[in-house]
Amino acid sequence: MQLVFLMEQVVNGLVLGGYYLLIALGLSLIFSVGGVVNLAHGAFYAIGAYLAVTLTNMTGFLPAVVISPFAVAALGLLFERFLLRRFYSADPILGLLLTFGLAMLVEQAIRMIWGSPPLSSVMPSELKGAVIVGDFLFSRYRLILLAVVAAVLVGVWLLLHKTPFGRVVRAGIQRPDMVAVLGIKLQPYMATVIALGVGMAALAGALFAPITVVHPAMGSEIIIVAFVVVVIGGLGSFWGVVLAALLVGVVRGMTIHFMPAAGEASIYVLMFLVLLLRPRGLLGERMERFE
Amino acid sequence: MTQTTRRNVLKGGVALTGALTIGMPSILRAQTGPLKIGHLTPLTGFLGAIGGYAQLGAKLAAEEINASGGVLGRQIELISEDSVNPAIASNKAQRMVEQDGVVALLGEINSASALTIMQVAERNKKVFFSTGARSDALRGKNCNKYSFHSDIPNTVMVNAVGTALMQQNMVKGKKFFTLTADYIFGHDLLKAAKAFFARTGGNLIGDELIATDVTDFSPYLLKVRQAQPDVVCCNLAGNQVTNLVKQYAEFGFKYPLVGFNLNTGDAWAAGAGNLTGTWPTPWYHTLDNPASKKFVEAFIKKNGKPPENHAWIDYISLKIMAQAMNDTKSTDSAKLIEHFEKQSEFDLMKGRKGYFRKWDHQLVQEAYPFTVKAKSEMKDQWDMLVLGPSVPPAGEPLETIYPTQEQNPCSMPA
Repeated sequence: MQLVFLMEQVVNGLVLGGYYLLIALGLSLIFSVGGVVNLAHGAFYAIGAYLAVTLTNMTGFLPAVVISPFAVAALGLLFERFLLRRFYSADPILGLLLTFGLAMLVEQAIRMIWGSPPLSSVMPSELKGAVIVGDFLFSRYRLILLAVVAAVLVGVWLLLHKTPFGRVVRAGIQRPDMVAVLGIKLQPYMATVIALGVGMAALAGALFAPITVVHPAMGSEIIIVAFVVVVIGGLGSFWGVVLAALLVGVVRGMTIHFMPAAGEASIYVLMFLVLLLRPRGLLGERMERFE
Repeated sequence: MTQTTRRNVLKGGVALTGALTIGMPSILRAQTGPLKIGHLTPLTGFLGAIGGYAQLGAKLAAEEINASGGVLGRQIELISEDSVNPAIASNKAQRMVEQDGVVALLGEINSASALTIMQVAERNKKVFFSTGARSDALRGKNCNKYSFHSDIPNTVMVNAVGTALMQQNMVKGKKFFTLTADYIFGHDLLKAAKAFFARTGGNLIGDELIATDVTDFSPYLLKVRQAQPDVVCCNLAGNQVTNLVKQYAEFGFKYPLVGFNLNTGDAWAAGAGNLTGTWPTPWYHTLDNPASKKFVEAFIKKNGKPPENHAWIDYISLKIMAQAMNDTKSTDSAKLIEHFEKQSEFDLMKGRKGYFRKWDHQLVQEAYPFTVKAKSEMKDQWDMLVLGPSVPPAGEPLETIYPTQEQNPCSMPA
């Protein structure tokens, strides 16, 4: 019986990892193309959640969850055009400062627009409840969430690896100078990838709004976990992030099972160990610009 | 690049030093200006949402006090800041006393932060009204002469809900699983809950201590299911409560969820349809008495939403403090303490008046259990709760639900 409980925690951890993945993958993508660690990523997650809750009251749940990420992706285009673009080739510390400042700005803006008490948000009652498969119990909502994450993951992978668009992006990541020599302007490609990453964060916000507190500082709560995932997986590595997100979810669940008090600390211990043994992250490439 | 940066930093430093030097005299002059009162409450972190209400309540009280002539003929100036965490709360309280020259302190929700401010109050011999911290230990082994507690303590929260649960036959012989906030408040609440279960025949089969920054409760919910309890009991605080309530509804467990601590802000944040069960509260904006109605109306007019229980408690606490200063014609801590220790009664916008108990400085008052309204009966998004009859019932002395001196001993060296 003990083993069943443990397996249940492992599976639940994988589901949770899927949600981390949605945020961390965008963070990693933006770093890959722009070389900027986007500390404002959590801010876009928060805007996504707030927009989704506001729209749910007008359009209902499903349209809100679809519209919100696209609206935030559009914001992401503005973010790229007017802010991020100036920092691609700058000292990484400047990009950090810019996005950190933006994160604080957005948090305060949310306070001004929506107020500081949390927004109340509820999911449609037909999505509530548990599904029992054999000995395992799942939240119905999280299974749907997992399916969405899987679809997004496959979509992004196909986009990057099976389309002409993805070829340019990947080439641009590795040798921007060569891409330029071939006469391809990288700018629009970078802008699109950044909008995509930011939109994924917003999708995570919209999907998680019904099951977590929607409050102005929710972005700064999630950015830390997202960052831990990216660091463990290796900055810039697609499969590294996937692996790390699932690992973080499972390690957290297992720790809570055996040593509840260490639950939140476990992911940082994991990051510490990974950095100690493999500084570039599980599947990360060597990063010359930081060495 | 580096050169100019360094120069700018130096320039900034010089400017800052200059500003501080010029700023000093105004601090010294403050004695004749407005009367300053320091207000600290968490505006960020897991209690930030309800702290925001506390600040609105205190600000409204300050405005009304000033409109009616202030304190001792002087206007009051409320210096209200984010207390952040216990260490920063203590630093800010010390700064408010030393540099800003506040005559008294009030506020706080986090019991750990309230404890550090209580120590600052004692060291500096300033009165501190702890308005939202519920840990029994603050009134017991950590008590001091300068600190007064206007929120109800954990034991009363437990007794308020416990009484209601016993009436529903949900205690004796039932298996309880508790989820507890992992800091002084939660530990203290668990202790009060255990005392209650021992007294009433409830059976505690499991407890999980949960860090205050946890947002995903799914691993804990799986452990709850493994334990197969009859009742799940929430001893959490702030955003933890809202997250748990939302995720409990998400998983759709059949075990009833009750709680020994809830602030109406957390209930509102959870949203209609997510919250169920029986919970305690010290006050709710639908209480039917003239003082309460007047306050609610003024608050809505100013802020566009009804006051949460922390808005209420910080509002009445500042009012009581100002009134005491006017009555004693003094801001002297010794005189104020003497005044409160006479156990004079104050209107708390409830059925019965309350008073500060002499031996532990607890504001003795009624509490209420509540259940949740059906969504279809709600007039607006804030009309969520149905208050039960006051605890203790009318006719019984208020102190019957409070810890006795033997249960929670407090000694205050003069």
